[in-house]
Amino acid sequence: MELKDKLLSSYVAFEDNVDTNSEIHDIRSKALENFDKLGFPSKKLETWKYTSLNSLLKNDFSIFPDRGRAVALADVKQYFIHDIDTYKVVFIDGKYSSFLSATTHENFDVCLMSSALNKSKYKSVIETYFNKVAKQDNLTSLNTAFASEGAYIHIPKNIEVQKPIQIINFTTGSEPATMTQPRNLIVVEENSHVQIIERHQSLTSNAVLSNVVTEVFAAKSATVDYYKIQDDHINASLVDNTYVNQKSNSVVSVHTFSFGGNITRNNLNFYQNGEHIDSILKGITIIEGKQHVDHHTLVHHIEPNCESHQDYKGIYDERSTGVFNGKVIVEKEAQKTNAYQQNNNVLVSDKSTINAKPQLEIFADDVKCSHGCTIGQLDDDALFYMQQRGIPKKEGRGLLMFAFANTVLESVKIPEVKSRITKLIANKLKVNIGFDL
Amino acid sequence: MSKYTEEDLEQELKTKEYEYGFYTDIESETFAKGLNEDVVRAISKKKNEPEWMTEWRLEAYRVWEKMTEPDWANVKYPKPDFQEIAYYSAPKKKPKLNSLDEVDPDLLETFKKLGISIDEQKKLANVAVDIVMDSVSVATTFKKTLGEKGIIFMPISEAIQEYPELVKKYLGTVVPTSDNFYAALNSAVFSDGSFCYIPKGVKCPMELSTYFRINEGGTGQFERTLVVADKGSYVSYLEGCTAPQRDENQLHAAVVELIAMDDAEIKYSTVQNWFPGDENGKGGVFNFVTKRGLCETNAKISWTQVETGSAVTWKYPSCILKGNNSVGEFYSIAVTNHFQQADTGTKMIHLGKNTKSTIISKGISAGQSQNSYRGLVQINSRAENARNFSQCDSLLMGNVCGAHTFPYIETKNKSAQIEHEATTSKIGEDQLFYCNQRGIDTEKAIALIVNGFSKEVLNKLPMEFAVEAQKLLEISLEGSVG
Repeated sequence: MELKDKLLSSYVAFEDNVDTNSEIHDIRSKALENFDKLGFPSKKLETWKYTSLNSLLKNDFSIFPDRGRAVALADVKQYFIHDIDTYKVVFIDGKYSSFLSATTHENFDVCLMSSALNKSKYKSVIETYFNKVAKQDNLTSLNTAFASEGAYIHIPKNIEVQKPIQIINFTTGSEPATMTQPRNLIVVEENSHVQIIERHQSLTSNAVLSNVVTEVFAAKSATVDYYKIQDDHINASLVDNTYVNQKSNSVVSVHTFSFGGNITRNNLNFYQNGEHIDSILKGITIIEGKQHVDHHTLVHHIEPNCESHQDYKGIYDERSTGVFNGKVIVEKEAQKTNAYQQNNNVLVSDKSTINAKPQLEIFADDVKCSHGCTIGQLDDDALFYMQQRGIPKKEGRGLLMFAFANTVLESVKIPEVKSRITKLIANKLKVNIGFDL
Repeated sequence: MSKYTEEDLEQELKTKEYEYGFYTDIESETFAKGLNEDVVRAISKKKNEPEWMTEWRLEAYRVWEKMTEPDWANVKYPKPDFQEIAYYSAPKKKPKLNSLDEVDPDLLETFKKLGISIDEQKKLANVAVDIVMDSVSVATTFKKTLGEKGIIFMPISEAIQEYPELVKKYLGTVVPTSDNFYAALNSAVFSDGSFCYIPKGVKCPMELSTYFRINEGGTGQFERTLVVADKGSYVSYLEGCTAPQRDENQLHAAVVELIAMDDAEIKYSTVQNWFPGDENGKGGVFNFVTKRGLCETNAKISWTQVETGSAVTWKYPSCILKGNNSVGEFYSIAVTNHFQQADTGTKMIHLGKNTKSTIISKGISAGQSQNSYRGLVQINSRAENARNFSQCDSLLMGNVCGAHTFPYIETKNKSAQIEHEATTSKIGEDQLFYCNQRGIDTEKAIALIVNGFSKEVLNKLPMEFAVEAQKLLEISLEGSVG
């Protein structure tokens, strides 16, 4: 049976486990209809021109994995940022793991989507925010239809959350192929501040497809720092749909580090509904083998006096493929917009491919918008200079690539995350950087 | 003039009428509207074409029938009804001309209004002009001079008669009949156009030039141009258009094919000023053009275009850099005003080693127009050391127009070096203030800034053409240039 049909027919089974009389269920049913109409994206769609999911969709995914196996902390500790104290919302095969998690309800809520959807005390927040910024496209609709679990974070006014929050989804591979639909909602009220680290990790080599939807609402003067670490198993694929809705004076930054996985697709969308907003989108992609990473970003400038900064670096080795599609829309009301977009790529191998499409759509005249895109190699002279001074070629290359990607790392605000990423990069480039940042 | 501000300029742009809108009443023979195989056969027969040509057209027609109109471009317009168009129109009196005296005086008057004095050009500008009046060439000059060098420059309909071998060999090799909807349509019904062949090692002593005009209401014009530069030769080819004012939309679907063989160089310059529609967006020409050049080893093709007209423009002059060390260039200024829409850009396909391409695109949008740059830079896996530099700048005047960029970059080779830059800006108050401070009034300052903005492209035009380009920019953005 085609995956699409399988999903559609299993919706009935899904309904047995959720409250079908709620408003949420109407949203789900509508989303399912929408997915039924649209189906999985094909290469004929302009936004999926360079990424094909066909190879993945052949897998016979299990849609409702069994209750996740118990996972020993020692086995998965490496995937946490464990050297600092954090809140943790951990899922195993899409089910909440209270053993690995550390949630809270003091002053603010860091908990589960499933309880938020069902308990009346969260009702007003869910009604105001759930599925309000997510686009009604194919894969987001699919996620919405099956949305039942994920992280729910609600920070009321004037709170600076002291500890970062980790959202981690483990897949145990108890089935040959697993598909999950995590759904996160993050609401940060006026003047509050939160840092979030998100990770998806498969624990075996069985096929995984995670179709994640995250909605972020940043109210006036709120600050959200979001880090996505994508360093998954080679058979694990990820479609990450993140939607950010910003109000006046808010600052939201999303850093995406894509080092692993089979096919990784990031749909990162920012909507600026207010003035003096700053949106920061940064990413480092280092892949090899037959890996494929696709970054689709959208920054929609709707009101005046806002800024957006995009900086994506990519290093592609062997037969890997990279895609960068950055879209900036400046509406005619959005005067005095400053929008910057930078995409730099290095192809290491003759078999690697990069497809870039930095796109601008501008309707306002008093704006400063620029984009730059380069594809090139490492500077031979710089490499020679280092070799002259006794740095082996391999390390020299590593250092150059590290320096190349470093502009993105500079804006990482959690030191432990920075050093973790540095290690991952060194690991990925197979060099010892020789210094700690 | 007291004080000239950007608002004044905007105002002028809004109210500026199409200056070259006039209509010459020449008796024309026009086919009944509609398109089917019989019409294609009739066109072919009318032009007394050999059997292979008729077949070629029919094949294209059959392909076209199965195709659907593309709708991916960032333009909106009522789809033309292809059965409502007359596919052939020729001035009835087709004089055989040896000198200008024999040219219909009406026609000469038309050219005068356009500012093209043939004799003047003959004497001063040293330009051979192959004038296309509603699809059939009526005047060809300088044939003799060119003939001595062995250069063939003639209407393509004549070339099919006189040099069938050459035409057969190259026609459709760069833009196949099945390439796209409009190319297929053009292949089926093209009325006339130019054919140019430069023999081995010959440097064409003068700029070759064609003027296209749409003259008969309701007649689509389908031009076909084929330029072949044999090994080691050089040619600079100019193309310019103006069209009379019309209320119904007119369709223009041209195909231009360039072939630059080893060590050859082709410079192809266009000034396009089809009727853009009035200030309410009524009327105007639909310009759906396929232009493509093929570069063999060490060859170079350079496209330069100044686009000021047409209600809807859909045009991507491209280079296939097949040979090693070949070079492709694209320089463009696109000005849109009122309700004009332009979706234009280029494709650079790097196949050979050490190939280079440069793209400079300048878009100026005013009124309620939409101006898009859409480009593709593709580096294939065998294209070692390919190099590309792209720059797309947009200038916006007013906040009801739009500027869009859709650059596609596809790289499959690690040795490629690609740079892409794009900026969007308006004429800054501080820039104007700086000029004012130095005693340059606002009008001149705007002229200076717009001129400076487009200079990189204007500089690439041949001298003879630069004058006309300036003139067209003046019309489109009067008060701001020169």
